[in-house]
Amino acid sequence: MIEAKNIDFYYGNFQALKNISMKIEPKTVTAFIGPSGCGKSTFLRIFNRMNDLIKDTQMEGECLINGQNIYDKSINIDNLRKDVGMVFQKPNPFPKSIFENVAYGLRVNNMGDKSFIGQRVEESLKDAALWDEVKDKLNKSAYELSGGQQQRLCIARALAVKPSIILMDEPASALDPISTSKIEELIHNLKNQYTIVIVTHNMQQAARVSDNTGFFMLGELIEYSNTKKMFLNPEKETTQNYITGRFG
Amino acid sequence: MNKKVSQNIAFFIFKFFGVLVIGILFSIIGFIGYNGIQVISWEFLTEFPKEGMTSGGIFPAIVGTFYLVVGSLIFAFPLGVMSAIYTTEYAGKGWIVRIIRIMTNNLASIPSIVFGLFGMALFVNKLNFGDSILAGSLTLGLLVLPLIIRTSEEALLAVPQSYREGSLALGATKLQTIRRIVLPAAFGNIITGLILSIGRVSGETAPILFTVAAYFLPKLPSGIFDQAMALPYHLYVLATSGTDLEASRPMAYGTALVLILIVLIMNLIASFFRKKL
Ligand SMILES: Nc1ncnc2c1ncn2[C@@H]1O[C@H](COP(=O)(O)OP(=O)(O)OP(=O)(O)O)[C@@H](O)[C@H]1O
Ligand SMILES: [Mg+2]
Repeated sequence: MIEAKNIDFYYGNFQALKNISMKIEPKTVTAFIGPSGCGKSTFLRIFNRMNDLIKDTQMEGECLINGQNIYDKSINIDNLRKDVGMVFQKPNPFPKSIFENVAYGLRVNNMGDKSFIGQRVEESLKDAALWDEVKDKLNKSAYELSGGQQQRLCIARALAVKPSIILMDEPASALDPISTSKIEELIHNLKNQYTIVIVTHNMQQAARVSDNTGFFMLGELIEYSNTKKMFLNPEKETTQNYITGRFG
Repeated sequence: MNKKVSQNIAFFIFKFFGVLVIGILFSIIGFIGYNGIQVISWEFLTEFPKEGMTSGGIFPAIVGTFYLVVGSLIFAFPLGVMSAIYTTEYAGKGWIVRIIRIMTNNLASIPSIVFGLFGMALFVNKLNFGDSILAGSLTLGLLVLPLIIRTSEEALLAVPQSYREGSLALGATKLQTIRRIVLPAAFGNIITGLILSIGRVSGETAPILFTVAAYFLPKLPSGIFDQAMALPYHLYVLATSGTDLEASRPMAYGTALVLILIVLIMNLIASFFRKKL
């Protein structure tokens, strides 16, 4: 359960998020949509404190995950990020072998011995629907894979440490239609085990994969509801205009 | 004058000077090579100077230069890489980093003879190391420190930010991210800096003049508090202060050739490393 309460976020003087509150239920897929620059990525990065890496920023409000305020001083950020995985817009495998990419999270978190790691790597690659394509070349560089395969590798890498939440920032925007549909199928299958939050520019994609959708504009959460309802019968006119493609 | 003609004239002038520069470079190398190759032999590389440095070899100078390269880099390489890690990975873009940058750039432009003087005052006299490999290595280390810092910084900055984010997002600590992702990715370029430094250290005369270099030693140094002979200083001695300058001239060319080859080979290896990335 993710619960954001009255979140404001600033890059220097520029306010990128304005008083955003939102509840996300476990084991659901939530999509964030909205025009470019409206703050979707910024909001997503609140949940694993990736914004902490950017200098000269400021956040107000609370973000609770399973009842714990993740911005509390007592929080161990590394443990938080282990529990809240992230897949980036551009596939970013490490310059290591396919195997080592997936094993990386296990190694840095001291999870298990050699045989455990081997098992978990295989499991994660299977869950990411990549195993059959790479099982014979686990020791090859991750950069020998296609863009779509690299992105699924990054998903496998995130799954390996068994997070409870997975954040995806436009995970398919750099991919061809076939790779995209593979990723969507994957999201569908992962839903049983993980809470997934996905940013997307693709309206159909949001409609296809998500249970709930949040529509952002200029740093505000304009509307947040069940995806079906949002697409069939939105409450606000701006939402209606955006999803029917009248702007943005 | 129409455009085409002025274009051609400009092109011709650029080409002329370009070829001229290359010509000058090659004639220097050719001159040294031609004169040096005549004395280079197995004996020249493995024997001590003989008969007032008019025959024999340059073995102790090669050994001395080797010691100085190793000694200075043992000290400067870890220090340079660590300070580059600090400025690129930890310090952000604040005023401390800006001051460190300005300082290292200034340090890089100080004439090397000044390093020599400083090394003499601090290491030889104040710290009482005497004229020694230790004092010479530390002085040379200070001299190449800015080069190592700058090449290492460039190497670290060339590592894509997305690697760091990917690692941190998996729960790795900052230190783990640097050790397991950033440094391995920057390794090739950092090594390039190291190799360039080897070339630089082996060629410098001024910093070793007052800190370690000996005119002639009958045996090899046996510890870090001993003096040593070194190639660039030996060349200077051969050219200016032997017993019979005319007779030791060929030895000087031979020494120069060895020195040039060391520097060139180091630079070639460095560019090979750089290309691979
Ligand atoms: N590092 C940063 N420094 C300063 N301003 C930033 C930074 N990152 C984002 N912004 C600004 O904050 C606003 C929100 O950016 P954000 O990346 O969250 O938008 P987005 O909805 O994800 O857009 P897109 O769909 O293009 O990815 C934008 O106006 C952007 O210019
Ligand atoms: Mg974005």
